[in-house]
Amino acid sequence: MLYLVIEMFSYPFMVRALLVGALIALCAAMLGVTLVLKRYSMIGDGLSHVGFGALAIASAMNAAPLLVAIPVVVAAAFFLLRLRETSHVKGDSAIALISTGALAVGVTVVSMTTGMNTDVYNYLFGSILSMSGSDVWITVLVSVVVLALFIFFYHRIFAVTFDENFTRATGIPAGTYNSLIAILTALVIVIGMRMMGSLLISSLVVFPAMTSMRLCRTFRSVMISAAIVSVVCLMLGLVISYLYATPTGASIVLCNMAAFFIYAVIAKAKGLE
Amino acid sequence: MSLLKCENLSFAYDGVTVVRDLNFTVEEGNYLCIIGENGAGKSTLIKGLLRLKKPSAGKVELGEGLRASEIGYLPQQTQIQKDFPASVREVVLSGCLNRMGLRPFYTRAEKERARENMEALEILELQDQCYRDLSGGQQQRVLLARAMCAAQKLILLDEPVSGLDPVATRSLYALIARINETAGLTVIMVSHDIDASLKYASHILHLGQEGQLFFGTQKEYRRSAVYHDFLGDRAVPMWKHDFPNRVGRAAPREEAEPTETESRVKVHSGKKSSRRLKKVSSAGTINQSQKGASDNRPEGPL
Repeated sequence: MLYLVIEMFSYPFMVRALLVGALIALCAAMLGVTLVLKRYSMIGDGLSHVGFGALAIASAMNAAPLLVAIPVVVAAAFFLLRLRETSHVKGDSAIALISTGALAVGVTVVSMTTGMNTDVYNYLFGSILSMSGSDVWITVLVSVVVLALFIFFYHRIFAVTFDENFTRATGIPAGTYNSLIAILTALVIVIGMRMMGSLLISSLVVFPAMTSMRLCRTFRSVMISAAIVSVVCLMLGLVISYLYATPTGASIVLCNMAAFFIYAVIAKAKGLE
Repeated sequence: MSLLKCENLSFAYDGVTVVRDLNFTVEEGNYLCIIGENGAGKSTLIKGLLRLKKPSAGKVELGEGLRASEIGYLPQQTQIQKDFPASVREVVLSGCLNRMGLRPFYTRAEKERARENMEALEILELQDQCYRDLSGGQQQRVLLARAMCAAQKLILLDEPVSGLDPVATRSLYALIARINETAGLTVIMVSHDIDASLKYASHILHLGQEGQLFFGTQKEYRRSAVYHDFLGDRAVPMWKHDFPNRVGRAAPREEAEPTETESRVKVHSGKKSSRRLKKVSSAGTINQSQKGASDNRPEGPL
């Protein structure tokens, strides 16, 4: 067993995957708490489909995938947020429209250019091997920026999540912080997509938060627990994926499901539910 | 200069005006109660005063030196809050955010302010508990403590006692009165509870479906026709029963009342019949005209 672990770390791609994955998991979990509490969980899912469309177009044009996907997904996040505030189209239907639309565009572009190859499969379901070259540095940079911004604005993000009207009424620009949350979400979705796959990335956002909310009663403890659960599940998932050659994203989601049930059982035993 | 001044203020949703032509002022230290039926636009008005909603006409003027960051607000509870994992302390502290500028974390002074307000509202021992595990009355106290952290001059309360039992209601009202008296905070409160409003408020703003029915001090309000109409029999003194056809809703009683016949025609029959009255009186005797007027009586909005 020890031998296997040592062997695992002798591969540079595994070390990269663990490092980058941990950073992504941390960002996704912390933002996820806010998104789940604001009833925005599905926005993550919608954005990941938009991300798939953008990646497909990027690979058709032979451009750097992340550099194309980031601006497109950020724009989509803004659009979804605006739509929620002003339009007569209900938020969840708007998300369904945009995500299926983007998926359709992506699939069409793929089939017209490269066809359904391994690359496309990886966009959908993720891969450890996808982390290479400039993508790694962009991912590390983006996730550090997301973490720093999140910690800097932690108290304001709490206030906007708990009670947007109060925050606005007492003279704090709540709209700005909502936009900030949208941008950060878009960034996390895009950088997490390569490893988790666009179909599974939203689980990284939703699961740790939901898991922690079974047991934890304060915002701060939910945050901390979500961060830990998320990173641990990601590590376990990666190891399982390496050992048994299972798909990376799916293994991580399975670990998250297990964590959710463990927390739920403990909560039940403690009589919290 | 008053703390807050509204001129011809109106609000609309999708082009339909729900509140129109409000004119009132709030001075420092006042305790203003906004009362009225459901749908009269009380909560809309509060949102307008907080600039959460833009007026469709008229304006709200904040007095000199009053900034948005000096206003506290106790909103009605939202669905999200009912299962929100947050400790009492976290919620109360978030009221201090508006004085932080761009500073990312709370200072000791702000934590102390939150502690004092929790102590004042007798929720200090609950500070580590989860907000969603509290009773309705306790939750309102937590939100009030948060509003007090944010408020330096003015505090707006939107139906603070809705859903509370009588004991919790009484103690919350007493707390609000104390905030107004001892802390010198100006209070603007929306309420369904007219008895409490009359007991504690210094000023009353009464909204009806047609707009502002009354604004003035609480004493003036007790003497007004609006008050007597609103409460129905509960407010009517015995002698009033001798005059079943009271003058209409908007006119205060002290105003010189027209003679009985005139007033009947004006209020209960409207313009048309008053024209008819003229015709009748020009054609016939005074007796006839009086008959015409009393015939119209049952149509009136009694």
